[in-house]
Amino acid sequence: MSGYFILAILTLAFVVTFQIAKASEYVSVLKGEEKAFRQNNRINAFLFIAFLVLGLAAAWWCNEEYYKKTLMAQPSASDQGEKVDFMLMLTFAVTGLVFLITQILLFWFAFKYQYREKRQAFYFPHNNKLELIWTVVPAIFLTVLVGLGMFYWFKMTGDAPKDAQLVEITGKQFNWMVRYPGKDNVFGRKNYRLTDASNGNALGVDWEDAASHDDVEATEVHLVVGKPVKLVIGAQDVIHDVGLVHFRMKMDAVPGIPTTMWFTPKYTTAQMKEITGNKDFVYEISCDQMCGSGHYSMRGVIVVETQEEFDAWMTSKKPQYVTVKEAAAPAPVADSTATSKPLAQLN
Amino acid sequence: MSSETITHGHAVQATAHAHDEHGHDHHHEESFLTKYIFSTDHKMIGKQFLITGMIWAIIGGLFSVLFRLQLGYPEMSFPFLEDLFGKWAAGGRITNEFYYALVTMHGTILVFFVLTAGLSGTFANILIPLQIGARDMASGFLNMLSYWFFFLASVVMFASLFIQTGPASGGWTIYPPLSALGQASEGSKLGMDFWLISMALFIVSSLLGGLNYISTILNLRTKGMSMTRMPLTIWAIFFTAVLGVLSFPVLLSGAVLLLFDRNLGTSFYLSEIVVKGEILPNEGGSAILFQHLFWFLGHPEVYIILLPAMGMVSEILSVNSRKPIFGYLAMVGSLFAICILAFLVWAHHMFVTGLNPFLGAFFVLLTLLIAVPSAIKVFNWLTTIWRGNIRFTPGMLFAIGFVSLFISGGLTGIFLGNSTLDIHLHDTYFVVAHFHIVMGVASFFGMFAGVYHWFPKMYGRYLNTTMAYIHFWVTFVGAYLIFWPMHYQGLAGMPRRYSDFSNWQSFNQFADMNRFISTVAMVVFAVQLLFVFNFFYSIFKGRKVKSQNPWGANTLEWTTPINPGHGNWPGDIPEVHRWAYDYGKDGREFIPQTEPVGANESAH
Repeated sequence: MSGYFILAILTLAFVVTFQIAKASEYVSVLKGEEKAFRQNNRINAFLFIAFLVLGLAAAWWCNEEYYKKTLMAQPSASDQGEKVDFMLMLTFAVTGLVFLITQILLFWFAFKYQYREKRQAFYFPHNNKLELIWTVVPAIFLTVLVGLGMFYWFKMTGDAPKDAQLVEITGKQFNWMVRYPGKDNVFGRKNYRLTDASNGNALGVDWEDAASHDDVEATEVHLVVGKPVKLVIGAQDVIHDVGLVHFRMKMDAVPGIPTTMWFTPKYTTAQMKEITGNKDFVYEISCDQMCGSGHYSMRGVIVVETQEEFDAWMTSKKPQYVTVKEAAAPAPVADSTATSKPLAQLN
Repeated sequence: MSSETITHGHAVQATAHAHDEHGHDHHHEESFLTKYIFSTDHKMIGKQFLITGMIWAIIGGLFSVLFRLQLGYPEMSFPFLEDLFGKWAAGGRITNEFYYALVTMHGTILVFFVLTAGLSGTFANILIPLQIGARDMASGFLNMLSYWFFFLASVVMFASLFIQTGPASGGWTIYPPLSALGQASEGSKLGMDFWLISMALFIVSSLLGGLNYISTILNLRTKGMSMTRMPLTIWAIFFTAVLGVLSFPVLLSGAVLLLFDRNLGTSFYLSEIVVKGEILPNEGGSAILFQHLFWFLGHPEVYIILLPAMGMVSEILSVNSRKPIFGYLAMVGSLFAICILAFLVWAHHMFVTGLNPFLGAFFVLLTLLIAVPSAIKVFNWLTTIWRGNIRFTPGMLFAIGFVSLFISGGLTGIFLGNSTLDIHLHDTYFVVAHFHIVMGVASFFGMFAGVYHWFPKMYGRYLNTTMAYIHFWVTFVGAYLIFWPMHYQGLAGMPRRYSDFSNWQSFNQFADMNRFISTVAMVVFAVQLLFVFNFFYSIFKGRKVKSQNPWGANTLEWTTPINPGHGNWPGDIPEVHRWAYDYGKDGREFIPQTEPVGANESAH
């Protein structure tokens, strides 16, 4: 019912607008088009300057209202993100200045040089000096931004520190799977053809590789505060993206092409709860690359904690290999040389 | 120019015919079919492109209203949606599949069918022969084919909206493997094949058109119309056509390989995939390869959309400020620089795909380099209106709006082109805000400016100005109200292409803003319908144009009769003696290009 009502109002608004528009056309013909033109011109010139003033005021208000809801209002949760934040602020300063100058000039000129009967437009086809200035000045500013951007870019995308903790994260529609390399700090070899989620091998790990035997699998990422972490990122079906907004980091997960990304968490989850004043705060992993109908729900969680908490969590986990073997053969398998038979079953 | 008489023999007949109207009218009377359907007249083909583009714009705009309903009111159910769309909106709520189909088609339609075909197809066709002084395009037949291939592409794309598994839904960039695997998404089934076939047809259309535009501009200019005397519209369209001809074939190759991967079992883009538990045999392909092929067109595409708008805005600003465009050669030079750089920046869409960071550095440099010619253009536009005598015709309003939006959206490009910041802002609402302002709305403003400015030439009537003013102010204010706040969502890291944010700790703080944006979007959409109404109403009932040159402009299209026939000029094609921008020179308001240079005239 209300749908028809809205439709009726809209139609009415259309008809009224149309009638007014038509009437004003007739009036302008009667009044003399020259006169009507001048009147319209004054109105539009005024509206431009009003738009400038109100627009800037609205932009200010929008900032007051929403700045606190953005990430700029809270510190970056990683060392790398601090560089991003600095770069962001610097770029805001430069572009903000240019924005103000050019928009004010645009609307001010539109208002000031509106049509006047006596005004004669100034014939000014070119001026090499002016043109040189506004070629060179932007180029200098951009050089600074590019230079600084490159400096940080290479730092952030360069090799991870040797002592970085390794964590593998794999995306599939629509969740994340996490693997830790265990004590040997080496991930067991993978072969996608071995993937068999119903038998505990959702990642397609090759159990014949002894390095896989102490690998721990999880659904959450746990990290140690202050310790660099290197994520080894993969995907099984389509392209996903590991988006870590609080750390200001992001990297695609591409099937068949492993990617990496490293950073150093600065605050534990508990500390971030205090900093943000949000007792429900969690570090979230968002999928930032369109991956299908459940894309919006592809959420992961990162827990940043102290070394002790991390160790306690890690010791509570059983290596996936052990879990699989226990499930496959009721009798515990003592040594890794006896893996070939159960493996055949797995396949 | 001798080619006039050779290629346009029929025009001579038309001239003779005009002088002898009562004689043998019926001999040259065109049938409905040849005049309105399979026309080879560039003006009619331009109108065909424009009206088809408008129909697509309504569809694409409506789609955005629908998915904004979901974003703005995620809790509410709208029973009328179920009435209209059945299972796609079960219970009056837009399903996820439907949401992604809407988003994908909105992007595809607006980028390709409206802002490429509808914008440059329209104005290239209408303006090139009229402004360079030619009777028609180099090949009227190819030109007609160009439209009809576009029409075919439209039919296929439109048909894809009605198939059972829905249209393509992997985003307008259709990255494989998502778009290659029917198992991964409903939209990657038959709908994706339709999408690819439609795009292939579209590319054929674009190439036929582009080659025609280039050869016409290079070969059919009237006597005296040297390249440096061409209006900036023609320069912009020329560079646009060059961009399209060189980059669209690359997209075609990407699309064909994707069709092979989908239907013939090849592995160009597929490697080591397990989808929904199924282990696929494909190995050795690269999903990133597609992104390179796509963006090698995809980035020039942005300029294919934007350059014609820039050209028209330059022209309209100059005419209505009653001043020459400032720095004509710098304007041409910056168009050229943008055209070259457009080919060298595509990987800035791929900073976080695992691209070699060293390679990424070059793309940062080249990307930010584009800011220099862009800055030149902005400052030159500002100087053009400085100390002018500005008439706020509807076209002029949209031209000024374009400059404002181009500044706003261009500056945020400096953030995104810098890879360090792109790590953080990539695929967030910051990107959505950026490209909608600079490529979407700004180009639309260029298009509106062009429609309002050249409507009198197209139909011999004016659009209603009151409706035009309402259209401009609501759209201009609305565009900022919609897209300005989105930057804040982007700075909160909110990812794009999410149909619902309520389960996220990090992104659920913007429910009120989303509602606001959705409401404004609906108002703005309604006002576009007002424009469409104004357009069709004015074709038949608009105030008639009484003077041959209603805007007091210098360019050649205003030397034709008010309603030019096939062949454009009844007599000889006028000769050109000067550039297009002698406004306010030597105390004269304007001096048409056809007027010989006087003995005492000052040089420019």
